[in-house]
Amino acid sequence: MKMTRAKRSKIIYNIVTFALVIGAFFILQSMIDAKTISRSLKGQLVPICCWIVMAVSLNLVIGISGELSLGHAGFMSVGAYTGAVISGVLVNLYGVQDTTLRLVIAIAAGGVMAGIVGALIGIPVLRLRGDYLAIVTLAFGEIIRNLVNVLYIGTGDGRVYSSILNKKLPEGVTMLVDGAKGAVKIKPISTFMAGFILILITLVVVLNLVNSRAGRAIKATRDNRIAAESMGVNVTKYKMMAFVTAAVLAGMAGALYGLNSSTVVPTQFTFNQSINVLVFVVLGGLGNILGSVISATALTVLPEVLRAFADYRMLVYAVVLILVMIFTNNPTIRAITSRLFAPLKSFFRRAAKYAPAVGGAVKELGGEEEGEEQKHE
Amino acid sequence: MSNQSKHRSNTKMVPVPSGSIVPERDFNEIPVLETRHLGIEFGGLKAVDDFNLTIGKTEIAGLIGPNGAGKTTVFNLITKVYEPTSGAALINGRDLHGLNIVQASKLGLARTFQNIRLFGNMTVEENVRIGLHNQIKYDMFSGILRLPRYWIQENKQHEKTLELLHIFDMEKLADERAGSLPYGVQRRLEIVRALATNPKLLLLDEPAAGMNPRETEELMENIAKIRDQFQIAILLIEHDMNLVMGVCEGICVLNFGRVIAKGTADEIQRNPVVIEAYLGKKKEAQA
Repeated sequence: MKMTRAKRSKIIYNIVTFALVIGAFFILQSMIDAKTISRSLKGQLVPICCWIVMAVSLNLVIGISGELSLGHAGFMSVGAYTGAVISGVLVNLYGVQDTTLRLVIAIAAGGVMAGIVGALIGIPVLRLRGDYLAIVTLAFGEIIRNLVNVLYIGTGDGRVYSSILNKKLPEGVTMLVDGAKGAVKIKPISTFMAGFILILITLVVVLNLVNSRAGRAIKATRDNRIAAESMGVNVTKYKMMAFVTAAVLAGMAGALYGLNSSTVVPTQFTFNQSINVLVFVVLGGLGNILGSVISATALTVLPEVLRAFADYRMLVYAVVLILVMIFTNNPTIRAITSRLFAPLKSFFRRAAKYAPAVGGAVKELGGEEEGEEQKHE
Repeated sequence: MSNQSKHRSNTKMVPVPSGSIVPERDFNEIPVLETRHLGIEFGGLKAVDDFNLTIGKTEIAGLIGPNGAGKTTVFNLITKVYEPTSGAALINGRDLHGLNIVQASKLGLARTFQNIRLFGNMTVEENVRIGLHNQIKYDMFSGILRLPRYWIQENKQHEKTLELLHIFDMEKLADERAGSLPYGVQRRLEIVRALATNPKLLLLDEPAAGMNPRETEELMENIAKIRDQFQIAILLIEHDMNLVMGVCEGICVLNFGRVIAKGTADEIQRNPVVIEAYLGKKKEAQA
């Protein structure tokens, strides 16, 4: 198949994204093996993986499908609780000791559960036009937080007990979810490897989805709903597809996150946390997956590094957000930056031209151009 | 005036029972569009009232009228952007009642928009591929897992896209961002995108708006070419009378939401009611 320019730049973008993630993983893994990694960074590794998945999945909703979702932490919460309960049940009732198996099942369950919840929200809301999704997801985040606050789940006598609002569990039950105390006595089983694999899965799903028939339909819906409908695109279906996929991924990230510590409390997944993820997405660039990965990593690591200034974090966020918006939307500043980067771009273009690996594809663009280039030099 | 006669088709138009005229060659076919007393009210205002029109299977029809006559509203009624408050519209004999925009599109309706509605952040190729959305399909999982079906169908889409772009010699623009194209090219891309849905009836809303005379001339040839090549019917709204009179076989004139005249280009040009609608009463026009 003939490779077009757009297709090639897409492939390069994907390769860079994957190379960056895989490269970072191997560097960090070798640092862990050599024990040269700092304790605080090591503790941050799994959360970073979770937040990357959160940011990328939210970008699918906001950047690609153009809907505003303000309750992404709610899906993470659903995933975290589901994962913790499933893992606890597997140990207590079925005696599954293999941590990898337990982790895989817990993550899958977290994803499925969050996906179901996402579908329940999406079915009524995504039929509407306008910003209803933002309002409903905002409410959803709060509802979930309050719901798990009064949720009691425990195991004993070979079965699962659960109650809501009041703790009505028999004596001697091993508590898994204990109301406001959250999910308790979790045996941390998350590994950096699992987080890495989850990121890869997320990237494959999101990038492949975006560059496919369904992804184009999602983007078309974002760009112009009426035109997309007139072309026979079932708008609600594709909005649902993006939203539910994002919810599933967030649920999986939540399960991984929950199983990384010994407790999960409802206050971990507040509106602030949803906004945090939104900040990752906006900073990384709407629709820019690689940007989300980078900004999620940077903004998770930075507060730890700058622990002394942690109090000013929200203040800095606000300022940075405003600056980013100015820089990306002001035509004058954009013109200046593009001029600054122009030499760099042409360098890369030339490098690509003479690099043998991509040379074959470039030749198709026409030999004339190349001949002229050589004359100039 | 000279280029008018060059293009004017000498189609013989024959009357059908509904009161409209269709080209003789389409007389025995099911009309691609038939509207019966179609109308819509917006809070008591009858934007379109008692609209009757029949379009033959391969007819190029024109819908003209002064500003605000309700031409685009008719398009929106036919494509189900609006639900009519009275009457019915039939596509190939199938009633559109109760269908939504997507279902209407699947029956073979495709349109362009007066105020261009391209997918501005997507490439030209991607725009056309959206038109192919229901023509060359594969499911979400083939896409995510890159199963063989994905590659086969993507290849088919790519080839079909280039084939369609070739109509307007736009293959070279395939990788451009649609939103950054010049106005006239955007209009053409909209037509290509609409054609990609494999329509039976193509609705063009002011296709020549913003085009210079030479481009309009080309467009005229292309409209005829599209009809001949795809054997579809085309209904167009246009203010450029050279284009309408040159390429349309049957013309319907709308004023204040009502049909005031139907006929061939010659009949319409001679019709005193039409002249009055455009220029005012005869006395004033002469004075």
